[in-house]
Amino acid sequence: MIGADAIVKCLELENVEYVFGYPGVAICPFYNSILSSKIKTVLIRTEQNAAHAASGLARVSDKVGVCAVTSGPGATNVITGIATAFADSIPLVVITGQVNSELLGSDVFQEADITGAVESFVKYSYLVRNANDIPRIMKEAFHIANTGRKGPVLIDVPIDVQNAEIKKFSYPDSLSMRTYKPTVKGNMVQIRKVADKLSKAKRPIICAGGGVLLSGAENSLRKFADKHGIPVVTTMMGIGVMPTKDPLYFGMVGNNGKPYANRAMNEADLIVMVGARVADRAISQPDFVMENTVLIHIDVDPAEIGKNAQPSIPLVGDAKHIFDDLLSIDFESDYKEWINNLRIYRQKMEPQRKPNPKYVDPAGFITTLSEKMKDNGVYVADVGQNQIWSCAYHVVKKGKFFTSGGMGTMGYSIPAAMGAKLGAKNRQVIAVCGDGSFQMSMMELATIKQHDVPVKIVVLRNNYLGMVREYQHYKYNDKYSVVDIGTYPDLSMISKAYDIKYLKLSNMKKADEVIDEFLKGDETVLLECIIDPYDLV
Amino acid sequence: MKKIYSVLVENRTGVLCKVAGLFSRRNFNIDSLAVGETDDKSVSRMTIVSSGDARTIEQVEKQLNKKLDVIKVKTFYEDESICRELLFMKVKYNKTNRRDIMENCEIMGAKIVDMSTSLMLIQMCDTPERIQILLDMFKSISIVEIARTGCLALQKCTETE
Repeated sequence: MIGADAIVKCLELENVEYVFGYPGVAICPFYNSILSSKIKTVLIRTEQNAAHAASGLARVSDKVGVCAVTSGPGATNVITGIATAFADSIPLVVITGQVNSELLGSDVFQEADITGAVESFVKYSYLVRNANDIPRIMKEAFHIANTGRKGPVLIDVPIDVQNAEIKKFSYPDSLSMRTYKPTVKGNMVQIRKVADKLSKAKRPIICAGGGVLLSGAENSLRKFADKHGIPVVTTMMGIGVMPTKDPLYFGMVGNNGKPYANRAMNEADLIVMVGARVADRAISQPDFVMENTVLIHIDVDPAEIGKNAQPSIPLVGDAKHIFDDLLSIDFESDYKEWINNLRIYRQKMEPQRKPNPKYVDPAGFITTLSEKMKDNGVYVADVGQNQIWSCAYHVVKKGKFFTSGGMGTMGYSIPAAMGAKLGAKNRQVIAVCGDGSFQMSMMELATIKQHDVPVKIVVLRNNYLGMVREYQHYKYNDKYSVVDIGTYPDLSMISKAYDIKYLKLSNMKKADEVIDEFLKGDETVLLECIIDPYDLV
Repeated sequence: MKKIYSVLVENRTGVLCKVAGLFSRRNFNIDSLAVGETDDKSVSRMTIVSSGDARTIEQVEKQLNKKLDVIKVKTFYEDESICRELLFMKVKYNKTNRRDIMENCEIMGAKIVDMSTSLMLIQMCDTPERIQILLDMFKSISIVEIARTGCLALQKCTETE
């Protein structure tokens, strides 16, 4: 058995079903070994998308997403995908080929110091020097990626190490890492304090972030909110924690969130912030919110607590464990008056749009689309105006909502949707992007066809980089610079070139009919929606 | 006041880079950094002196703890610890100032560890403050080059340890 066989064997033992990647000489031993495995390989069209696809698979299946690329440019291309996963705490194992270890540091063909380059975007990285270390390193990598605060782990394997004979393969059952023991269970003293503060509060609110989804705590959180009648808002990454129509849910917070959600945060006398980093996009002035508020900050990563706002009660642990513990404590709670006020705010403060009837209204379109989607469907929003509209108007039922929230990486939706579909074949998966983000990933249409991954794609077309145009509208009085993306390509012809069914919606008149047609069956469809180029989010 | 981070790390390649990179990425300033093996060969101790407000210091400590190569972080203020720094200083001397230099060294407890017909190499191991005093005293003398180790520190002995 050689090193490359050992890597594949470890992937099998970790129940990996798909590896996304792109070969090159330095990773060829691995791609040769994988031929004799049941693990399926997906040839993406650019390495960045391998990480996005792995991210989509990880998010839909709670497994670790895996990709494997070659050295040099293969490895550097994957960095944006790794950084995107890191910003959203998505568990990935990224395997990169590397030049012969004896040549390391001599700047030979396709050599890049990838472990050095990704240091600030990975949870951990390895440069494998000895093939006999592979089983331990693989075991550690999967463990690190998928526990505590999840995140990407990179393993750089020189080609000679992949080709080296291994004395004896044994996959460790357990690990002992003296430097890595994440706190999962919350401190009971602190948890009782939370219950005590809640019982004294008059206007409490739970603000749920992506960490709730990553720990699988949605149900526990919903039960807890239900039991005590506590209203819930979410960050962008927390969308999906609550069904949109849940009477206790009051929308997304932040500068792109619902005005009534922000008002609720500002008026609350107690905020339970859970699995969210309190960053600028969620809360514009953390200190301002804090002044007269009890802040309880729950996070599995101690470094998040107190980073942007000082909490009254810091609580380190996994959200699911903590909410299960909180459910076991009974305390008096009556927030009916507060909830009634919030309901009035919601009625009065829902933003009123004035859609241009000549075009598709993104808000109306997204609402109808998500209502017509299968209940457990997966909606992947890209980055740009489409993301903000998606966050605001997508209706969560029992499905999932993914987007690149932390890094805001354009082009995320199509590869991530592809990964999500492979991770959950029985689910309907839809990517919604703008014409800018579509063109950043449209090469993956070939992958989708070649590997027969039936994802559905919506392109909101306005011939502008809409989000930046909107910024220039406000900030520079409509002096537009480098935001006109033009009218190419013709998407009907692109669809034809890739042999994909094409639909077009030019205004809302036929929206119902076209959306029904779009959602029909389990096949790839590209739906182009013409939206007002001057629309604002 | 200066804060001292005494960080036990895995003695592996690239760890110094990771820890130093963390400081620069998070915009924390490093005043000095010294690294060496401990009694356990698989463990190195990094002694990092940094300044910043209480919140920054707390963040640094948490971010250090998050690094998988970091085994343990201890932080303490200068006055809670014994700090020493090693200084080497090469100076030009002549007949007229030779005596002065030797006296200054004697007063400050510095040693002359090497010399030629025109150069002296002075060594001093002391607190950063006293090293600064010596440097101030040598202002009028032509200094050829200086090397400082940065602070090494351990917490003062307490009965509870």
